[in-house]
Amino acid sequence: QTVEHGFPHQPSALGYSPFLRLMAIGTRSGAIKLYGAPGVEFMGLHEENNTVMQIHFIPDQCQLVTLLDDNSLHLWSLKQHGGASELREEHRFTLKGPPGSPPSATQITAVLAHSSREVLYLGTESGNIFVVEAPSLRVLEDRSIPSEAVLQRIPEDNCNRRSCELVEALREHPKNPDLILIGYSRGLIVLWDLQNNKVTHHFLGSQQLENLYWQRDGSKFISCHYDGSYTQWPVSSDNRQPEPLENTVPYGPFPCKAISKIYWQTTKNGLPYIIFQGGMPRASYGDRHSISVIHGSQQTAFDFTSRVIDFFIIFSSEPAAEFDDPSAMVVLAEEELVVIDLKTPGWPAVHPPYLASLHCSAITCSHHVSNIPLKLWERIISAGSKQNIHYSTMPWPIDGGTNIAPDPPQRDLLLTGHEDGTVRFWDASGVCLHLLYKLSTVRVFLTDADPNDNMNTLGEDEWPPLRKVGTFDPYSDDPRLGIQKIYLCKYSGYLAVAGTAGQVLVMELNDEDAEHVVDHAEADLLQDQEGYRWKGHEKLKTRDGPVQFEAGFQPFVLVQCQPPAVVTSLALHSEWKLVAFGTSHGFGLFDHQQKRLVFVKCTLHPSDQLALEGPLSRVKSLKKSLRQSFRRIRRSRVSSRKRRGGAGNASEVQEANAKFDQDALQEMELAPVQRKIEARSAEDSFTGFVRTLYFADTFLRDSSRHCPSLWAGTNGGTVYAFCLRVPPAERRMDEPVRAEQAKEIQLMHRAPVVGILVLDGRSTPLPEPLEVAHDLSKSPDMQGSHQLLVVSEEQFKVFTLPKVSSKLKLKLTALEGCRVRKVTVANFGSCKTDDYSENDLAVLTNLGDIQIISLPFLKLQIRYPCIRKEDVSGIASCVFTKYGQGFYLISPSEFERFSLSTKWLVEPRCIVDMPEVTSNNHVHNKSGVENAARKS
Amino acid sequence: QFGAEFRRFSLDRYKPGKFEDFYKLILHIHHIANLEVMIGYADVHGDLLPINNDDNFFKAVSSAHPLLRVFIQRQDEVDYSNFGTNTLSRKKKALVTLRNDNLRRRPHINISMPHDFRPVSSIIDVDILPETHRRVRLYRHGCEKPLGFYIRDGTSVRVTPHGLEKVHGIFISRMVPGGLAESTGLLAVNDEVLEVNGIEVAGKTLDQVTDMMIANSHNLIITVKPANQRNNIIRSSRMSGSSGQSTDSTASHHSLPTSHMLQNFHPDEMESDEEADIVIEGGLEPQHIPKLHSLTSSSLSRINGSSLSHRLQRDLVLNNNSGRESNGNIHKLLSSLKTDPRHSLVIPRGGIEEDGTVITL
Repeated sequence: QTVEHGFPHQPSALGYSPFLRLMAIGTRSGAIKLYGAPGVEFMGLHEENNTVMQIHFIPDQCQLVTLLDDNSLHLWSLKQHGGASELREEHRFTLKGPPGSPPSATQITAVLAHSSREVLYLGTESGNIFVVEAPSLRVLEDRSIPSEAVLQRIPEDNCNRRSCELVEALREHPKNPDLILIGYSRGLIVLWDLQNNKVTHHFLGSQQLENLYWQRDGSKFISCHYDGSYTQWPVSSDNRQPEPLENTVPYGPFPCKAISKIYWQTTKNGLPYIIFQGGMPRASYGDRHSISVIHGSQQTAFDFTSRVIDFFIIFSSEPAAEFDDPSAMVVLAEEELVVIDLKTPGWPAVHPPYLASLHCSAITCSHHVSNIPLKLWERIISAGSKQNIHYSTMPWPIDGGTNIAPDPPQRDLLLTGHEDGTVRFWDASGVCLHLLYKLSTVRVFLTDADPNDNMNTLGEDEWPPLRKVGTFDPYSDDPRLGIQKIYLCKYSGYLAVAGTAGQVLVMELNDEDAEHVVDHAEADLLQDQEGYRWKGHEKLKTRDGPVQFEAGFQPFVLVQCQPPAVVTSLALHSEWKLVAFGTSHGFGLFDHQQKRLVFVKCTLHPSDQLALEGPLSRVKSLKKSLRQSFRRIRRSRVSSRKRRGGAGNASEVQEANAKFDQDALQEMELAPVQRKIEARSAEDSFTGFVRTLYFADTFLRDSSRHCPSLWAGTNGGTVYAFCLRVPPAERRMDEPVRAEQAKEIQLMHRAPVVGILVLDGRSTPLPEPLEVAHDLSKSPDMQGSHQLLVVSEEQFKVFTLPKVSSKLKLKLTALEGCRVRKVTVANFGSCKTDDYSENDLAVLTNLGDIQIISLPFLKLQIRYPCIRKEDVSGIASCVFTKYGQGFYLISPSEFERFSLSTKWLVEPRCIVDMPEVTSNNHVHNKSGVENAARKS
Repeated sequence: QFGAEFRRFSLDRYKPGKFEDFYKLILHIHHIANLEVMIGYADVHGDLLPINNDDNFFKAVSSAHPLLRVFIQRQDEVDYSNFGTNTLSRKKKALVTLRNDNLRRRPHINISMPHDFRPVSSIIDVDILPETHRRVRLYRHGCEKPLGFYIRDGTSVRVTPHGLEKVHGIFISRMVPGGLAESTGLLAVNDEVLEVNGIEVAGKTLDQVTDMMIANSHNLIITVKPANQRNNIIRSSRMSGSSGQSTDSTASHHSLPTSHMLQNFHPDEMESDEEADIVIEGGLEPQHIPKLHSLTSSSLSRINGSSLSHRLQRDLVLNNNSGRESNGNIHKLLSSLKTDPRHSLVIPRGGIEEDGTVITL
């Protein structure tokens, strides 16, 4: 397992080091991930699997500290090892109070990594501030700041004992490292002199405090509050208890939600940027996840698609610079990362090179294409760049570290199909999974959703000035649009996609926008079988007349299966210009050149009533209802969050979830788990379900003439072979393609057929269509006899061709009790010599094991445990590449990449150099101290 | 006569008529009107079943798809114990020695012989297993009954170096009334499943064991530790006594009872016990068919080569003696016959290699 792609599942904390220019993200499962320049990434995992609450980089060091929800602190460091940097946990520490003290006494609420790099200040729930030494994480008891010491210096009448409960914020003075600002939850703010251990100033806020931020020169700071207000405070030598300069409720006058974090950034032109999270009017916009940016008269409230975890501003960290001059805002929301360019007028978003939200809409299938020809690659990129014009051209602002991994050896595409009818094209060549192009099939159909829904239709005087940002949109307008199968021919640029409602679209790459009519054909897979009634969903309505398509893949023909059941298999042969598709009822072959249906074959067993009734039939209904109830929960969870907003109810939701889980568990325990032992029979339901389709030019009829053929395998262990007659190219449009059934093989063990493959005379798998024409493959050996490999869930069987007689088999289930889930031919090159490579089968079983099985002798070569066997969605989502790598989903939003090949390995290899540690930083700091001293 | 002679003729599938007429037709076609013969047919599973009255004649015709293969034997040579098992190839051997005397009895008088019975289960390897274990083989072959049992997770107590320990085990949880498993009487609820077709289930999950059993369902051999041990001991001692005389236990490879090998499994048996896949060719010319028919047979006689005939003779000898022995012994013998790969006539492996087609459209 090499690298994780996509967006971390359930992020919980964000940190940034302006010194290293690295960003850190912590998750609920205790993972911590560091990202810098594209390709620079590190990952660490806390042993405890606890939620990461806070992440703080130690200034000017390659170190960071994480706070987990079990109140433990962990110190991580980046060290160079063997030419590359590695992230390692160095120390761990849990703050312990005196014996008998309540746990709240040491519950850490705020962490300040001091610029001296030697100490961390830890604010606690009790109001006491503890000091620990870095990097050893030892408590320096003599330096702690007890709340009593603070209280002594405050006039009695202004506060009571409770004012010093819970430290909300700790901020170091930007110029004088000996001064820290302490904000207590009840509104009291004090400026503490570390040298003399005394309060120099105190500020009496009337509202519950949320956060603090210093102005760059240290003459003012800003506080934000629970009631949605923020306040500026002056810090001067003449007044020890200053009054607020300005108190604003930006979205008043009605009650507003809390502002939980605020930045104040100075600029050369004098107008500061005030950037804060939250503060929306409670009644009407309380459900928004917003961050507002105010700069002079410009004000925008960025409206995020999911809860904002945290954000930071990238600004000039040069100590010598006089102004902050913010360049970008980086926002970590629960489901995506959004970066806003603050320098370009209009504040456009920046296209992130990594951390893409794979799950903008739920992933329904994926397809990997290796070694894309440069021409197609460029055309896809150019189509994609036309879609991305609204993005900022700013270079990626988080650019720490150096990627030292070799350039990827080839261009690989990963295509993901989504529930909302889109196909996303990802650059999967390297460590960064990067979105190249997004294709939507929605335009072909009429849906209820108004296409203008997602547009920014905000008028001039809209208040608050909300602007939607981000792409995460899990709610599909119509689940029938979901993409189920994808097939891309990398040589011709033909793409076939098939969806949930039996729709099959064939597309062609066009570099220009175009408006045309999509041809429409129906394939009745039941073929006048009487007495069946489809109880499932209806087919999608198509749009009449010409449709406008943007540059990129444009559909030119739609084949609609009848009944409109989910398309379960798809194959495209770009040389013969044929597309084959299968559902639970049968399969069909369509000539997309002549736009003519060649034939359909019904695979239903007459007794199989269930398959006809659609997705709500008895067998599936349980699964379905479970999934629906989960979806309901998910939806209600999100909406409840929206309703109440904030992070406060997270625990409630968790509780509710835990309760639900428990209930579900109990229910399961009540029913005794038992399994029926029964041989499969022809009468089992869903035997007609077409699992696999395969085109091959082979000896189907006799050993002297080979011909194009189409192979189909079903759930009931039947393989159908059709002989095709494809007219030669010059008469391709004049003569029809003909097909004739040549063979039907019934595997006696009746297990579902998951793969069909023809091996040529040299026992190499037949090349892909057009591969030979592009000189990328040796032409297949048509002299020697061909062999047919049929892979069922239980066995591998090799048959001779054209006489289908069993030659060889490997039983998997009978011997090991595991079943084949995915199988692909993979080419394994030697890492030592370039000229050796072999083709083997890469097999994923239902136990999550990966096995490599040799061709053509079917010998088990090696077996790795890969995915947990309980991780059903991980196993279901696995795709293999042609060169022995693979991807599977470890969460709805992340692909884990693994490699079975020694030759093709994509993993992050990067180096983080300590930037020149600026001695002048210290000098500057010193002078700052002097300045401050002189001022006072 | 009665060597390899083949005739092809057609009958009206839906109105096959009376057995008497059919019998006469057969005798007429084969020009053997002066002989008393026994007519048998190969059913869909390759078993040789008799045709001796209207009922089974009708069944034979209606189950034929599309060819009904009829075998004619002289009455006096019929070995009734062959019926109901995969013994078609044996029959051919039996035909080698022809005798000339006539017998007068009509076949349908023989009601005492097991005409239409097949084994449904057997206990095997009794001599090598511990007495507390039982290895049961279920023949689903040709049987309409479902296997009919359920398994569940559970715990059993094992003796380990660290003393008694509770370990995870797989148990039979339920029997389907009327199912094969129940009808054998050899398996019971709460029996612990130890092995499936010679592979230990220890360390495997319920789902894995389920998949293994289903994958082996055509010839399922499960080793159980019966919940009711008292009953088992009585039975097993009796069984081992009789099997001591049978040939199966004299198999050359003796090993410890704890061995994972199934003693009744010959190395290639794992392969052979399975029914072969059916290949249907489309769009073939009709004149192909007669050729195929003869090809199948000739290739068959060819592959029934020397080693096989040796074994068959041995089995034959045994069979002659078996009249004295217990019924269980016959079953065991039959099972060993049945599992030999080269005995299955319907789709002999060699036959497929020869011409690739068995069932023609």
